[in-house]
Amino acid sequence: MAQDSQKLHGLLAQFDTPADLMHAAEMIRDHGYSRWDVFSPFPIHGMDDAMGLKNSKVGWFTFIGGFTGFFSGMGMIWYMNEFNYPLIVGGKPFFSPIFSFPVAYELTILLGAFGTLLGMAFLNRLPRLHNPLLKHSSFKRATDDQFFLLIEASDAKFDSSVTRQLLESTHPVKIEEVQE
Amino acid sequence: MQVPETPKDLVRTPLVTNERSLSWITNQVAQFIENKPPMWWWIALIFSASVAVLVPYYISYLIGTGVGVWGLQNPVMWGWAIVNFVFWIGIGHAGTLISAILFLLNQKWRTSINRAAEAMTIFAVMCAGIFPLIHVGRVWFAWWLFPLPNANQIWPQFRSPLLWDVFAVSTYFTVSLLFWYTGLVPDLATIRDRVKSGLAKFSYGLFSLGWTGSNRHWRNYEKAYLLLAGLSTPLVLSVHSIVSFDFAVSQLPGWHTTIFPPYFVAGAIFSGFGMVMTLLIPLRTICKLEDLITVKHVELMCKVTLATGTMVGYAYAMEFFIAYYGGNPYELETFINRAMGPYWWAYLAMVSCNVITPQFFWVKKFRTDMRIVFILSIFVNIGMWFERFVIVMTLHRDFIPANWDYYTPTKVDVLTFVGTFGMFMTLFLLFMKFLPMIAISEVKGVTPQANPHHKLGGAKEGKH
Repeated sequence: MAQDSQKLHGLLAQFDTPADLMHAAEMIRDHGYSRWDVFSPFPIHGMDDAMGLKNSKVGWFTFIGGFTGFFSGMGMIWYMNEFNYPLIVGGKPFFSPIFSFPVAYELTILLGAFGTLLGMAFLNRLPRLHNPLLKHSSFKRATDDQFFLLIEASDAKFDSSVTRQLLESTHPVKIEEVQE
Repeated sequence: MQVPETPKDLVRTPLVTNERSLSWITNQVAQFIENKPPMWWWIALIFSASVAVLVPYYISYLIGTGVGVWGLQNPVMWGWAIVNFVFWIGIGHAGTLISAILFLLNQKWRTSINRAAEAMTIFAVMCAGIFPLIHVGRVWFAWWLFPLPNANQIWPQFRSPLLWDVFAVSTYFTVSLLFWYTGLVPDLATIRDRVKSGLAKFSYGLFSLGWTGSNRHWRNYEKAYLLLAGLSTPLVLSVHSIVSFDFAVSQLPGWHTTIFPPYFVAGAIFSGFGMVMTLLIPLRTICKLEDLITVKHVELMCKVTLATGTMVGYAYAMEFFIAYYGGNPYELETFINRAMGPYWWAYLAMVSCNVITPQFFWVKKFRTDMRIVFILSIFVNIGMWFERFVIVMTLHRDFIPANWDYYTPTKVDVLTFVGTFGMFMTLFLLFMKFLPMIAISEVKGVTPQANPHHKLGGAKEGKH
């Protein structure tokens, strides 16, 4: 691996259609690579299986957010209207889960939504303000109409000539080196 | 095996017509952001921004002078402000319905219209939020609505539906914004990869969070989007239910009814679809998006309008029937007064716009004629404003006949409301210029080119 100022980030193969990308992904998966990824302008149905990825964990963050929201809503109303300053209004009880429900329900959704978005950002390690791929000129079409597959140089199985041969066997449009 | 050809009548119209390529979709949506805005856009922006100025002007006048500048008087203490609040918040609901409920129902046609509809939701909720805030009278005490102790250490009391409403509307706004932004991230990345100028590159780059379209990201993204849709669906139903509690939890004849929550939700979706069509029908022609927002899309929206409009009509009838059948003379009197009292003209406007207008959509010829749909959608908007007016005006004859009065709005009431339309249009025009008005990545996802099992997606004969 070249150790000069230009460090190799990985090999990038470009494809024309989602089907080609999917076949390539299946092949890379079966060869046991771990630090690799595919890029497409839209999510491709079935790609998770082709890459051997498991179900996303975002749901846990949603659950934690929603759970916190519901109980903080109930707790807040109990604290304010029953514990800290009980105020008689219309002969109604100081606290009841019935009238507290709309507020607790809304807070469940509010914090659940924040949990979802922040959880997604955390799992994806976003925002990421520097990415070698985004400096690469052909990669601009990954958000337009082309499909890419990257094998990172940091992968334990990476070997520039062997990996390049493997990528060539998937019939990409072209293969390029991405510099760090 | 010989596969018989699909009969011509059963072939589905594709969601993107004329077999447009993926890059055509990108170009067509991004060109409005990249090119200099056309003359009509400047004219429309200057016009709506000047109308929008009415909002800060009349709000300052109201705060500086007092609520006496409005037409409120005993017994009508809820005037145009609450009518406008419910009107605008209802408009917003179609956006969430399109983005969340249709997503859960796997209605792929939503992809072309959801971005603009969600933008409409957010701007409508912004317009709605102004009214209850200025309606409290002493605006500098509006913070009493927040869960903070006041000067006497007293907390807000949560037994009041008005406080539930604060939580419902602010949650609705925040979650709609989060949902909208989540959907925008991949499209902002598309724009980031196209724009030339340094400032634009920087801003789109910042807000696209470094999105690359990685499948490891899409996996979490799609799950998050699904969960947000799942959260927004009960949210949108609860928000308008809670708005209806503002009325239904009170003990006034004509308001204290259990039909209010479902009837408000149906009405909200009805009015929202009216507004979506009012906005999108000119937009698809002006911005040359006919291949993305096709006649089929408009037709489907007309069908939703027809369904919800008919539900609203059913609610009007049922309300009246229960007023009679319930055997409460005050309830019945209120309803007869609504239809035949001093505000008969408002009731007539409501019924003719909301019940009769959508019935035209039974006819395919009307659903596919853009001019007719556009005109009918405006009637829907008018009718739904009158519905809220009719409900609020129930107040004008309360329990003591000596109090009875006839409410008329003042110039300030009317012009503040007109101003919110200017504000809404200004925000929408800015949205058109700076953000992709169609969810690019989602539309691409429903084209045949995106399907790896389709010929156009690269699938080969005999392989998957």
